[in-house]
Amino acid sequence: MALLEARDLRAAYGLTRVLHGISFSMEPGTITTLLGANGAGKTTTLRALCGMVKTQGDIRFQGAPIAGRATEDVVRLGVAHVPDGRGTFVNLSTEENLRLGAYTRKDRHAVEQDLERVYGYFPRLRERRGQQAGTLSGGEQQMLAVSRALMLRPKLMLLDEPSFGLAPLVVKELFGILRQVNESERVSMLVVEQNAAMALDLADHAYLIETGRVVLSGTADEIRRDDAVRRSYLGY
Amino acid sequence: MSRRQLMVAAVLLLAACALPFAVSDYRTFQFTLALVYATALLGLNLLTGYNGQISLGHGAFYAIGAYCTAILMDQYGVPYWATLPVAAAVCLGVGFLFGLPALRLEGLYLALATFALGVSLPSLLKYHDLEKWTGGVQGIVINKPQPPLFFSSLGLPINQDQWLYYFTLAVTVLMFVLAWNLLRGRIGRAMVAIRDQHTAAEAMGVNTAMVKSLTFGVSAMYTGVAGALGAIAIQYVAPDSFNFFLSIVFLVGIVIGGLASISGAVYGALFIQFVPNIADEISKAAPWAIFGVFLIGFVYLMPTGVAGAVRMALARLTRKAQNP
Amino acid sequence: MEAFLHQVLAGLATGGIYASLALALVMIYQATHLVNFAQGEMAMFATYIAWTLVNAGMPYWPAFLLTVGFAFVLGVVIERVIIRPVENAPVLAVVVVFIALLIILNSVTGWIYTYTIKTFPSPFPTQPVFGKYMSAHEGGAIGVTLVVLLALYAFFRFTPLGLALRAAAQNPESARLVGIRVGWMLALGWGLAAAVGAVAGMMVAPIVYLDPNMMGGVLLYAFAAALVGGIDNPAGAVFGGFLVGVLENVLGAFVIGNELKLAVALVLIIGVLVVKPSGFFGKVLVTRV
Repeated sequence: MALLEARDLRAAYGLTRVLHGISFSMEPGTITTLLGANGAGKTTTLRALCGMVKTQGDIRFQGAPIAGRATEDVVRLGVAHVPDGRGTFVNLSTEENLRLGAYTRKDRHAVEQDLERVYGYFPRLRERRGQQAGTLSGGEQQMLAVSRALMLRPKLMLLDEPSFGLAPLVVKELFGILRQVNESERVSMLVVEQNAAMALDLADHAYLIETGRVVLSGTADEIRRDDAVRRSYLGY
Repeated sequence: MSRRQLMVAAVLLLAACALPFAVSDYRTFQFTLALVYATALLGLNLLTGYNGQISLGHGAFYAIGAYCTAILMDQYGVPYWATLPVAAAVCLGVGFLFGLPALRLEGLYLALATFALGVSLPSLLKYHDLEKWTGGVQGIVINKPQPPLFFSSLGLPINQDQWLYYFTLAVTVLMFVLAWNLLRGRIGRAMVAIRDQHTAAEAMGVNTAMVKSLTFGVSAMYTGVAGALGAIAIQYVAPDSFNFFLSIVFLVGIVIGGLASISGAVYGALFIQFVPNIADEISKAAPWAIFGVFLIGFVYLMPTGVAGAVRMALARLTRKAQNP
Repeated sequence: MEAFLHQVLAGLATGGIYASLALALVMIYQATHLVNFAQGEMAMFATYIAWTLVNAGMPYWPAFLLTVGFAFVLGVVIERVIIRPVENAPVLAVVVVFIALLIILNSVTGWIYTYTIKTFPSPFPTQPVFGKYMSAHEGGAIGVTLVVLLALYAFFRFTPLGLALRAAAQNPESARLVGIRVGWMLALGWGLAAAVGAVAGMMVAPIVYLDPNMMGGVLLYAFAAALVGGIDNPAGAVFGGFLVGVLENVLGAFVIGNELKLAVALVLIIGVLVVKPSGFFGKVLVTRV
């Protein structure tokens, strides 16, 4: 059974229609990337999955329909969303941010273990655990946002432009950890990215979105090797 | 003003003039107070409805106008009609001065500041160092005006209550006409522009600071004149009549009557004058409970007030007449 | 000197009450950016409930606890039923709703209990315990206030629910993304604020006597306290409360006389709003054009 299936997603902000019928699917344990230019509708797609924008169409998570369900309920199904801009609780400490990621969980002992594991992935967060999250650097806040999502022990992670504003070396480090988490913990990931090169390196599958429609799909390998596609759609 | 609106106004004016001869003296007195409230509500509406500045303390300006009149009449023997321009000028000044620091305060904060003014005013009026002017807790009693000899010399006897009614009516009509003129013109449009899109108005060259302070001043002046008229009509001022609840009554009046509407001031005045009379028979607390319930009801269901409802009803009737 | 000390201590006692009410105001402001003009009347209504219970024979402290519980529920209900529909409405609409709530609570109380002044019991002994500097009730009020404030602090700082409440107030969208039901967090915040207000009401009633209009002045001082401390800063509100209490008493006794005490609050409020709207400890808000 596919982990996530979206069929004919349509969404609008007020009178402006942004998604004109997006369809895609994801198998469990895979990393899929949504590529496209600014304003193509990638962020809106993620928000639609989380019930943050009014949508029409069908969304199924592990077979169950979730279209139109409240964000808080979708989270409880095991979907963690790392929003663009990171969504850090800037006035709370680093550790408080992380603990909030586990808010819906009841297994106290496992939460403590996960906290340790997350500090293992990102030692710099452990150094700054008592510090106010708003004072962390951009890269550190991105690590914090990813870690907070991991604290949910999600089945699916949605990441909105995780490379935004980060130096290439930092992005490489971050994506390396994402790959590691995916392989060792079987966390599926849906990554929205403008940085197509790095995203295709990380992902197994890719969808290309243009003005609210899927125009191309395939494995990351195929798309990376297709020169024509790369040049006309991805600009490199 | 369209021909039809003019006709409606003329009819209403005629009815208003005929009123004292159709009802008892006490009823006439009640309508005099309704006129006073209408002017006060028009003042508050100018500030809150048209200019978007919230005031929870307009009772203070009403009180200042009332005390101006009372002190001038009681201590200096000034005739009642001559106190009106003084009350107007004083309140215009005080309002403008209050409006200057208030410029920096938006929405909630201005509401807070005016709330503080409304709550603390009675204690200021009772301050014993000012007692020789304000009469302290006991307040000031003034004499009921006599109708000018002109009328009895013509063989047209009108009594004091009727004269007070006509006097108040005349002043009220004048104030309403002036307001209508103001709102139609450049300043009126600037007021509304500031309310709706403050930054855009500024960017277009409207001197928002001046307009806002002026609006505060004019609004205070209207409510102050109303206070003066009220003092003349009741012939008594005392600190406890001007407590915080007076400011609330005004707020109730403009919400029920209709924000940003001149006719709304009239509907609101009738509401706040006559509803307590009916509700009082149930219990002393009943009028306020009714005000509260109506306030919430109107915010949820009829945010444009009675004036808005009337406008919509008229629009529907006109459409029906045009498309039978 | 003695008289001065007495005024300062009495000021701390009433200051604690102002601090509690100011804290309630700040809690609601932090979560919703709204000023609850009806906070005083909610506290007053709860105090009348306490009076009813005590009059019916219940001993003081059980009545106290029951009233706090009742106030909590009242706060939750008010948020869900009356405030939720206008959460995103224009400022004027929200202010009008708060004022309506104020007058409904005031008039319903007057209707049920009449406007005659009643005495409200104090759980503390009547003989002065601290010599001539402070009555037992004043000392007790300070004590109760501190206990409540500490309990609230511990709740917010050390419990997961408190953390969730803070998160929901600061960043509702991110809070949803970690599964927090933001709507219910707001209701919880209102409940807590109402409960704290009830404590303030029950502490002040023995001093000013029970009457439907008793909280008007107290609310004004609480506003002044919240503004002085910074309307989005709970610790500031507490500090502001004690400061305003002491100022009110000292100025009232030695400088301007008792009648103008409320005017002190007025001057403070307008002064802070005009000179430093973010108060001593608040954050300066920058409006983006």
